Amino acid sequence: MKIGICAKVTPDTDARIKPASSGEGIDESGHKMVVSPYDSFAIEEAIVTKEKHGGEVVSFTVGPDSVVTQLRGSCLALGADRAVIVNDDAAIASDALGTAKALAAAIGKDECDIVFCGKVAIDDDNVQVPAMVAEFLGWALVSRVTDFDTDGESFTATRAMDGGIKHVVSGSLPVVITAERGLNTPRYAKLPAIMKAKRKPIDKLDLAALGLSADDVAPACTFTNFGAPPARPSGRILQGEVADVVKELVGLLRNEAKVI
Amino acid sequence: MSGILVFAEHDGGTFKKTAYELLGKAGELAAALGTSVSAVVLGDAPASELGGFGATTVYQVSGDFSSYSTAATTDGLAAAISQAAPDVILAPASFAGKDALPRLTARLNTGMGSECTDLRADGGSVIGRRPMYAGKVYADVVVNRSPAIFTVRANSFGQPTPSGGGAEVVSVSFKGTTPAVTVTEAKAPEAVSVDLTEAERIVSGGRSLKSAEQFDAVIRPLGAALGATVGASRAAVDAGYAGHSEQVGQTGKTVNPTLYIACGISGAIQHLAGMRTSKVIVAINKDPEAPIFEHATYGIVADLFEVCPALEAEFKATL
Repeated sequence: MKIGICAKVTPDTDARIKPASSGEGIDESGHKMVVSPYDSFAIEEAIVTKEKHGGEVVSFTVGPDSVVTQLRGSCLALGADRAVIVNDDAAIASDALGTAKALAAAIGKDECDIVFCGKVAIDDDNVQVPAMVAEFLGWALVSRVTDFDTDGESFTATRAMDGGIKHVVSGSLPVVITAERGLNTPRYAKLPAIMKAKRKPIDKLDLAALGLSADDVAPACTFTNFGAPPARPSGRILQGEVADVVKELVGLLRNEAKVI
Repeated sequence: MSGILVFAEHDGGTFKKTAYELLGKAGELAAALGTSVSAVVLGDAPASELGGFGATTVYQVSGDFSSYSTAATTDGLAAAISQAAPDVILAPASFAGKDALPRLTARLNTGMGSECTDLRADGGSVIGRRPMYAGKVYADVVVNRSPAIFTVRANSFGQPTPSGGGAEVVSVSFKGTTPAVTVTEAKAPEAVSVDLTEAERIVSGGRSLKSAEQFDAVIRPLGAALGATVGASRAAVDAGYAGHSEQVGQTGKTVNPTLYIACGISGAIQHLAGMRTSKVIVAINKDPEAPIFEHATYGIVADLFEVCPALEAEFKATL
């Protein structure tokens, strides 16, 4: 079977993100770039699925050529067989809608049976692309999955709903799965695999190769006026014996903050 | 404009508080834009009651919505939207808001501003303000197609006061077209509580709890005494003190409560990113240099094993 992964390269969680001085976008300099953490669970699940059923694991990314470093160091070193990068400027500059169209076209071209994604990319936090990919492909979608199995034709999955409720669901392939924390424990890349990953094929595709035009992937959203988070009023430290401080705190929460 | 359509979610016939929050905000936006508010309800719920919160028309979609389905939610909403023809759609950033709404957005070939924390009317359209990079920066999102879709984080707006009016209810049917999955089992959590993302009160524990047993003995009873949902830092979850679904932070859940009590949490940037929009933050930590104190409304520099039980007793005595 052919197993796809959607992987996005984002700043690391420890990155101190600041708005650009122009207010358009963020200051992109100096961040350590990684494959988005939730995508690691998607990669692992794809590899586990291949280990059971055989086939090929292909990772799909919309991004500039620079993502090659992270894709080789992560997806390919962990066991994906090859990577596809849609490196067309119009796609890179687009929003979730345009990105999803490009990814769906690439995934469709490769005739995948299943696609694993992270449940969220930790840069724009949109939580949109996987569901949109499923829609453009006409596939089923299961979001926030903590357990997955397939026999090659049908699948079962457990998804984490709001409020701690879990749904066990079943359906037929093809399907887009988004990975929630807890789905698996991602492995670490071993040195020989890292070396081998350097020779794995990476296909770079423009939109024409996918039968798309720049108009097809035009963004529907504009992000503007970037700024710091709203400032918090400065707080205070309560001083004294624990018994007194606790009484003071409860009084403040009730009478000053009015939250209890 | 042909109006603002609010997706009013309900749980077994009881509207979620996000339904009222969104209707209240939709009313303000509609007044500024000179347009009207309608609502869409999936399945059985007292639809006409939403008229008291400003909806002039409620599109009630008939079908089996007893168990959540991506396919039925997408197809049902699409049917209501084709009748209502709204310019703006507001939905909660719930599971459905993160699962069916983007699917619907793709079907309508339009754009969606996810997890907005504010909405405003500007130049004849609605603009969303939303956190990005887990709240490290904020940006405006403008959808330059119609309908413009926005999902909104719970507790972003106040609850409106009902006026007592009724709404015209329009019955909508739909034909399922999306590949469906079947829910074969729904497992309730061991302790039923409000989801972290919707909780008004959260008590969170960090690595300082030192064990799952102490987390259970100190943090969970404090949460119970306050009627709060329990959360945890990444360090506490990685150490196995709390479950994955309880993690607050950039790689966990982003929360927006009115009260957030952080116990033994130092305040790593990735944790702060997940809870910095909390209205009131209480930090309890014996390290006076812990970064969490820079963000706290009220701080207590002391051992959490002394403070938390005392606080639990005080909540029990006074709440």
